[in-house]
Amino acid sequence: MIDIDALKTKLGKAEVTLGGVLKSDGSSSRNKTGGWRAFRPNTNRDACTGCGLCWTVCPEGCIHKGADGKFSADLDYCKGCGICANECPVKAISMSKEEK
Amino acid sequence: MRKVIEASHAISDAVKLAKPAVIAAYPITPQTHIVEMLSEMVANGELVTEYINSESEFAAISSCLGSSAAGVRSYTATSSQGLALMNEILYIVSGMRLPVCMTVANRALSAPINIWNDHQDTMSVRDCGWIQLFAETAQECLDLTLMQFKISEDKRVLTPSMVCIDGFTLTHVYEPASIPEQAKVDEFLPKYAPYHAILDPEDPMTLGAIGFPTHYMEARFTQNKAINDSLNVIKEVFGDYSNKFGVDIKNTRPEVYDHVEKYRLDDAETVLVALGSVCGTIKDVIDERREKGEKVGLLKLVTYRPLPKESIVKALRNAKNVAIVEKAFSPGLGGVLYNEIATLLFENQMTPKVKNFIVGLGGRDVSLNHIRDIIKNTKEGKGPIEQWMF
Repeated sequence: MIDIDALKTKLGKAEVTLGGVLKSDGSSSRNKTGGWRAFRPNTNRDACTGCGLCWTVCPEGCIHKGADGKFSADLDYCKGCGICANECPVKAISMSKEEK
Repeated sequence: MRKVIEASHAISDAVKLAKPAVIAAYPITPQTHIVEMLSEMVANGELVTEYINSESEFAAISSCLGSSAAGVRSYTATSSQGLALMNEILYIVSGMRLPVCMTVANRALSAPINIWNDHQDTMSVRDCGWIQLFAETAQECLDLTLMQFKISEDKRVLTPSMVCIDGFTLTHVYEPASIPEQAKVDEFLPKYAPYHAILDPEDPMTLGAIGFPTHYMEARFTQNKAINDSLNVIKEVFGDYSNKFGVDIKNTRPEVYDHVEKYRLDDAETVLVALGSVCGTIKDVIDERREKGEKVGLLKLVTYRPLPKESIVKALRNAKNVAIVEKAFSPGLGGVLYNEIATLLFENQMTPKVKNFIVGLGGRDVSLNHIRDIIKNTKEGKGPIEQWMF
């Protein structure tokens, strides 16, 4: 068991740990990277065949299968890379510009 | 136990006594004998360790990074191009403060391709954040190897280390050495107890996370502080080891290890500064000159990184002439060690006459006559500051 508190040093405003180690507390799920997105994927659920190719190629692992057997991106984490839209064999995913 | 042993095998014996859990290595001349012997020990069942036949030096050091992060003692060895191939990972190991231990059998870098000795390989990685210790004899190779584990793994240090030994002039030379007993080594060097990094699925950690501009400088500052402060721990470990394992065979090691070894330095007017096995040759010439009444001495650096600034300044305080004799250079600048020592002299308002001699590149013999000329040119202030001794 590593005592993370014992590894901390505070220098000015920054606190660092020895070797930069961190306790794994799910920070990657708390950090909602969807805010980085410039383009948003839109799935036409009528066209989607549920083949799952988008799920396979998504580099973020943020595409999930819905109760209807069709796939869509979790927009909390989707960075809008567009690979799913590019790869979809039936062109069911289109990318649109994110607007406030 | 006393043995006449090849320095490489003295290191294999030391590593065996240190019982690393993982050894990952790729053979490269002149380092090969070290890991060849270790793999034999593993095959014979004398050493229980995870021995990884790596596909490259990049893989070897990466494996050590992984195993050290998992919380076990990890060792590798390499030379020259192999060390150059490890470069990227060397910074990561030290930044993550993983106490990986390595032997570098010093060899020239290509091109032209050359397998023989000089110090260009380890000098090229002096800024990687690793502790660097230089050995002169087989006994020192063995002793420094045992000590490096203790130093690197100390929770005040947690910095990787390399013991640098001259290719061929040390690695392939047989010398008498005293091999300590396992029980005594176990007392000196207990099992590695990870302090900051361990792979434990029950208590997961994040290692090697990104350092944003808000934190990167602070992380590097603490790393720099740790390697600077390690000077005290190194001195402490040198002292403990020297006490616990006394000199068994005369003239094979210093009585008490220190950052620097001062050879006939007390009243010396002309002082040579050097690293590694060439110090043996220098000592012979100093003895000869002393018989003729010349006041010459040698300052041998054992600890090179962190640079033991205070010890160097103290040792050179009364010198009138200083010659930095080194087997490396920075193209377009000059001798690496020379430039570091010149800075120390400047910072301390010391103004001896200084010369820089580049010797022994790519295995070129450094003869007694070279050393005699170095002493003469330094005393007489003859020739330019930077002189290549062909």
